[in-house]
Parts: sequence; C-alpha cells; structure tokens
Amino acid sequence: MTAVAPATKRTGVDVTTPVLYFFAALLCLLIVLPLSWLFVYSFTDKSGAFTLANFARLFSESAFMEPLLTTFIIAFCSAVLCCAVSAPMGWLVARTDLPFAGLIRALVTASFVTPPFLGAIAWELLAAPNSGLLNKLYRTIIGGEMDAHLFNIYTLPGLIFVISCYTFPYVFTLVANSLDRTPGELEDASSILGGGRWYTARRVTIPLVLPALLAGALIAFLQAMTLFGSPAILALPAGFHTMTTKIWSLFGYPPKPELAAAASLPLLFLTVILLRAEHMIIGRRSYSIVGGKYGAPRLIPLGRMRWPAFALCMIVLLNPVFLPYGALINAAFSPVATTPLTFSNFTLHNIEFVLFELSAAGPALNNTIILGTAAATIGTILALVIAYVTTRKAVKGWRLLGFLATAPIAIPGIVLGVGLFLSYTRPPFVLYGTLWILLIAFVTIALPSAYQQLQAAFRTIHPELEDASRILGATRLRSLWQITAPLLRTGVIATWCFIFVGVMRELSAAIILFTSQTKVISVLIYDLNESGDLGAISVIGLAMLIITFAVVIAINRIPGFGQTRFRA
Amino acid sequence: MKKSNWSRRQLLKTTGVVAASAALAPALSTRVLSAAPPPTAITPALIEAAKKEGKVIFYTSVDLPLAEKVAKEFEKKYPGIQVRVERTGAERVFQRIGQEYASNIHAVDVVSSSDAAHSIVWKRNGMLEAFVPEDVGKFYPAEHKDPDGTFASFRVWVCIIAYNTNLVKKEDAPKSFADLLDPKWKGKIVKAHPSYSGTIMTATYQMQRDLGWGYLEKLAAQNVLQVQSSADPPKRLALGERAVQADGNEYNIFQLMETGKPVAPVYATEGSPLIVGPMSMMKQAPNPNAARLFTAYCFTPECQQFIIDAGGLRSMHPNTKEKPGRTPFKDIKTMKDDPAAVEKMSEEIKAHYSKLFHV
Repeated sequence: MTAVAPATKRTGVDVTTPVLYFFAALLCLLIVLPLSWLFVYSFTDKSGAFTLANFARLFSESAFMEPLLTTFIIAFCSAVLCCAVSAPMGWLVARTDLPFAGLIRALVTASFVTPPFLGAIAWELLAAPNSGLLNKLYRTIIGGEMDAHLFNIYTLPGLIFVISCYTFPYVFTLVANSLDRTPGELEDASSILGGGRWYTARRVTIPLVLPALLAGALIAFLQAMTLFGSPAILALPAGFHTMTTKIWSLFGYPPKPELAAAASLPLLFLTVILLRAEHMIIGRRSYSIVGGKYGAPRLIPLGRMRWPAFALCMIVLLNPVFLPYGALINAAFSPVATTPLTFSNFTLHNIEFVLFELSAAGPALNNTIILGTAAATIGTILALVIAYVTTRKAVKGWRLLGFLATAPIAIPGIVLGVGLFLSYTRPPFVLYGTLWILLIAFVTIALPSAYQQLQAAFRTIHPELEDASRILGATRLRSLWQITAPLLRTGVIATWCFIFVGVMRELSAAIILFTSQTKVISVLIYDLNESGDLGAISVIGLAMLIITFAVVIAINRIPGFGQTRFRA
Repeated sequence: MKKSNWSRRQLLKTTGVVAASAALAPALSTRVLSAAPPPTAITPALIEAAKKEGKVIFYTSVDLPLAEKVAKEFEKKYPGIQVRVERTGAERVFQRIGQEYASNIHAVDVVSSSDAAHSIVWKRNGMLEAFVPEDVGKFYPAEHKDPDGTFASFRVWVCIIAYNTNLVKKEDAPKSFADLLDPKWKGKIVKAHPSYSGTIMTATYQMQRDLGWGYLEKLAAQNVLQVQSSADPPKRLALGERAVQADGNEYNIFQLMETGKPVAPVYATEGSPLIVGPMSMMKQAPNPNAARLFTAYCFTPECQQFIIDAGGLRSMHPNTKEKPGRTPFKDIKTMKDDPAAVEKMSEEIKAHYSKLFHV
C-alpha cells in the first residue's frame, strides 16, 4: 500500500474505488447467481416447494448411481495413467540432456489445445474395432479374419485412454515446471556429500517434485471427472453413461432441470474437496523449497539412453497428436472416412460440402470467433483488474475478490451450463438465445486460470513503480494504465490467447446454452457426430486446429513469452 | 422451464379421459371446428415477398447432406433466398423448439420432424400455421395431410435392417427381426437410439407393439453398437464397422448403395416400421413468406422427385416416379404407423429402452 498520501488533491476524481466495487459486484453476479439457482432447483419440486426427492431419486436409482461409479473409475484410472506417463516424461524433458526437449514441450502444448471431443472422434477413426485404421493395419499384418482387432475404443478402458491423451498435459506441465524450478544447489549438496547422480535423483529431486505430481494427479482426476467431450462421443456406443453425459441427457424431452441440478451438486462438492486437498499439497511444496537465489538445475547426461528416451517420448506423443491428426487428415480427403488415402481415391468432396453446402458452418465459425475474441478481451481485463487488486491489496475485501475469481475452477463446465441456463432463462436477465449467455459462460470458465496467470505476472513487478506514479498525483487507474499495463504486456497477451484457445475447446457449457442461432463450432461438430458425418467433422476439426495453432504460434513469437507455460 | 405448459405428462393429465384412449386421438385432430384454408399456389407475389425476407430457417431431422441439397435446389430456383438448415435428431429438434419457444425465441420458420407425433403436439399447442400448398390440396391423399391444413407428409420411408455386402453374403443375411437374435450376430449389430432419433422412436413403438419388449430385450443382449441418429447405422455399415444394422433409414442405404458402397437393404418378414415425416410452417415464423414459399416448394413434384432420386425417400405425390432398381414402396410389407400412440407413449418408450440398453 502506498504510505504517502498526496499532499494536495490534484484535479480529476479518483474513480478507482467505485470501479473496483463494480467489478466485485459483477463477479458476485457471475458466480453466485448460477450457483444459487442450482441449489434452489435441486431442493425444490415442480411447484417450488422444498423437497429432498431429487436427491433421494439420485441416490436410489441405478440409472444415476452407475454413471457416478463409472465416472469415479474413469477419473481415478485417468489420473493414474496421466501420472505414470507424465512423471518420467517431465523429468526427461526438464532434467536430462534429452534431445529436442523444446519440440516435446511444443507437442505437449499441441495435445493441450486439441479439443477432447475432436480427439475422441479421431480415435474412433483409429480404433473402432472393425473400421478403425489401426485395427485394419493389424488385420493386414497378421492376416486375421473379420473380427480380429487389437483395440476397441468403445469400451471403458478405451474411454479412459482417450481422456488421458488430452489430460496428461496438465500433469506434465506441473511436473516439468516444478522440476525447472527445483534449485540445483540441493542436488549439488547431495553430490558433494557423496551421493551419485541416480542416488541424488532418487533421494533429492523426486521427493521435491512429488507434491507437484500429486497436485497434477488431482487436477487430472478433476478434469477426467468433469469432462463432457470425450464421453459424449464414446460412452453411448460403448453402452454406458458418465455423470456429465447423464446430466446432458436430462435436458432431452421432457427436460428435467431439477434432476440435472441435483446431479450436478455431487460433482461440485467433489471438485471443491479435491481442490482444497490440492491447495494443501501445493502449499507444502512452496514452503519446502523456499530460499535465496538458485543455480540452474543440473542436467543428467543420459549417455547411450538419449535416443531411446527420445523415441519413448515420441511414442507417447503418437497418441494425442500424430495418430489422431493423421486420422483426421485421412478422413478429410478420403471418400470413406476410414479408407486409407491414396492418390487415386483422393477427394475434395468433404471440403466442398463444408464450404459450399453446410449452411450452419459459416454462422458457427462466426459465432465462435466473436465469442473467442470477446471472451478473451473481457476475461483478460477482468482478470487483470482482480489480479491488481489482490496483489496490491487495493480495496477492502480483496481476499473475497480473489476467492470469487478462483471459485469457478470448482464448477465443472456442464454444471455451470446448467446453472446459467436456470439463471438466464427467466426475468430479470433473459439472456438465453443470445451470445451473451455463452460469453458469460466462457468468461467464467476462463477466469480462474487467467487470474492465476496475471497474478503471477503482477508479483514480478515491484509496487515502487506504481507508488512513484501515485506520489506524482496519478490516480490508481491511471498508474495502472500507464505504468503497470505496459510492463505486463506479454503476460496479458498470453492470457488473452489462452482464453481464446479455451473458447475453441469448450463444449460442456455450450451444449446446454446454445440455440440454433448461437451455435458454436464445438456444438456443430457434436451435431455432425450424431449422424455420423465424419468427413465433414474432420474438415471442420482441422480448420479449428489450424486457427488454434495460429493463435498459439502468434503467442510464442512474442519475445519473452517463450518461458510462460499454459496452466489451467 | 418449470412452469411451461409443455409437458406431455401434464397435458395428458388434464385431458386424461380423452387422451387415455388412443382411438380418440385422431378424432381430436379431425374436429369440425376448423377446416383447412384454401390451397396456396406459388405466385410471383409470394416469391417477391419471400425475396424481401431473404432467408428461411429450416429445422429438420432429414439427414444433413440431403437437407442441404434440398436447400441448394431451392436457392437455385429462387435466388436471393437463403436456406439455413438446422439439422439434428428429431427428438432433439422437438426439445430445442420447445425450449426456444418457452424462452420466447421464435427462430424457426419451417419444420420437418421424423417423429409424426411431434406435429400433433405442436398443432395442439397452436404453434403451426394452417397453410396448404397447392400440391398438397390437389394431389395428396387424405391420410397424408392434416384436415386443418397444419401439416402434410413431406416424406415417407421405412426403418430397415441392412447389411454390409463385403462382410455378409446375401444368403447369410438376416431375413427378419427374429434372425437378428441368432448368436452369430452377437457383437455385429449397430442400432440407433429413440431418445435422439424420431425414426427410431416411431420404429421402437411399432416394434414393441408388434414384437413385444421381450424381443428388444433379447436384441439388447446381442451387444449392439449404440449410435444416435437413424442416419448413422447405414454409415457405420459402409465403414465396415458392423456387419448388420437392426434399424436405420432406408433412404441412407439407397444413397450409399447407389454411390457404390457395400450395403444392401433387408425388408424384414415381420414388416418394416413405417416412418412418416410431416412438414409444417410455424405460426410465429420470423420469415412467413419465405416459409410459405419453401413449404410450397417442398411439396412440388419437382422437389418430391428430387428427394426420391437424390435422397432415396418415398413420396406421396402421385405425379412422381419411383427410381428403378429400388423395391417399389407398394411391395414392401410395413408395420402400421400410429403417431397418436407414439405421442402418448414416448416417455415410456425412452425409459424402457434405456433400461434395456443401459444408455
């Protein structure tokens, strides 16, 4: 806080406080309103009287208990699988002289920006038991008959695998970042005391990174538990429901919003509990490696294992990136989605269909870009102001503001969708049917990670610079605008792009909130999947990836941003 | 949503006695209080008025590529009027329109579902405009148009068994629904879902009526690959993902067959479920003239012949010709359709089905 108050009041009214309280009120509205309706609906019956019947039904019918159990199994297995893959890979990339470590990090980012529903459709093309490209290859190699197959994606393990493909980047990033930050001195100390390289890794490095790994496991668990995209594609053919697909099915005719609200609450509570657990673990970790200036981490020479280790990483990355992208390209240009592409069967039919016939494609692309741009801009501004207030403790109640900005992380997308639907289909805010309701959803979903990123950026800027500006008579807003904002430029742009990418990926809230006039690309792909139009999906999906990568590459071109990593 | 006047259950409760009897339901729609308006021809004035609006929004469950082709034909004939096709499964179309209307969003101009029961509900809720295109008035048989002029059968087809000809020899192919229960088909059947597809909702009603739920229970035990739209099983057959479809659109099978894909239809000896897809324009259509023009166009012999030739559908317009090489419609043994009964049972069908098939 500024200790010196200006001796004489300069001209101009300081609107800082009203502006900040306005933001606080906005946040309350954004988060508290949908959650309140969720609670109200889940505890009332059709006539509006208090009841526990919704929960009684939820916990007594196997139609709800089975999906709940399935969701747990999926979340647990995905978390374990993600850790098993990410821990060694993160260590190889951050702590060894692995060749092309930068490339591997970039490919992990590529897996991160791939929408999970698109990945799931690509894996259908690859590993459907009979028509999947990999199974066809397998039958060709072993000369097996019709039903022989290596993989069946329409199973619980298949779904767990696909979910893990697009969840492991979260764990990888946490582990690799933690290893990047682990001080070299601690390892030096171990070596000086006679510990060998491997001994040091085992007794010093791994224990230091273990909390990050556990936190990663929790994030992976949460992601897998609340994901809608992959189960929406694979669970129905596999013959089971997860909680998210079950909630979505409750919006079929006749809609049962009260049951959907009740079914959302267990997801919400679990998320809150798990995030508390994560907070405790992360808290312990930052305590353990606090200290002065650190040396660069030691890189362990892998010796003869260098190239095999690299090959191992690439084999892992086949699954989320190379194989699915290949399958999508094949389907986009091939006459039948899973017929291998040759020079003679190459066709532009799907591209023509999407460009010239699919009348929903143009408006959907338009809506997606409008929403992406608007959500990214508004979300960044909101996160910027809140991050400023909380790092500089600018108003009373800043803690609450910080809490509110982080709270949406505990709200799974589909639950937020249900809450927003219940809130904004009634007066005073009838927003359903407009892009506004989707904008609110996307901003709310993006806010926690945007806020965390910008808060970290603010911490690197010493308040002295702002104080100087304030002493010279500038208002808080003016010094924020003229001093702090330029210093934060790269962080702000990165956050903007991060939200934009998030909007492209988002399906779970959009599927509840869209109308035909406000359809977005992810919903269009979901609709096309319903009737099996795989060629069109591949074309739209590839276009979507190209747009996304263009944005991500644009970020990485900005000097100084190379080190910042995605964290969601 | 909560207080919407929309729930079938509530409607049934309030009209309990009447609706309890399926036999009386047709009587409801033939009440003499109102009659169809005189047929409307496509006049230059109508075309001009439609062009001023410039677009028409078409909600349908017709398989997307075909729906877009019909749209393109219309746009070619009436340049300056754009057709926006909103295609999703009929049960989702129904839910979507209900949800949009409950929120006072009137986006849809023209609708064509594949669950004829939907027209009954929309009509009862006063959502459909009484509008009789000239062709419907002059040529369509009485059982394929609403006496009050709010809908008529845009398309007719059957929901059929089919197989992949690379994977199954003709003589080994199933001939009947009963054949699908043979253990040799375990894990080789693909099937669509009545909670998404109006075709399958209609077909499931007819199958449980004629073959019993016991049949579907045994079918569920065959480890079917469950997909959503009735347009999807034919596409899965073409991919070679499954050898046989238990249900799916006949018209998709024709489209695939005639472009050289290895699929073939089977008309079950028990009879194939008959599906009727009515078309209506909405009373609160945002583009009323374009809606009239588009609806009228869809029933012209030109468009009807197009959906036969390019789409594989059947037409009730007497001035159309069946495409050679396809089994003529009159030679196909069909089950009897009964939209009023489907309307009454749809919730029960969805619930029973998801109990049997676990999704």
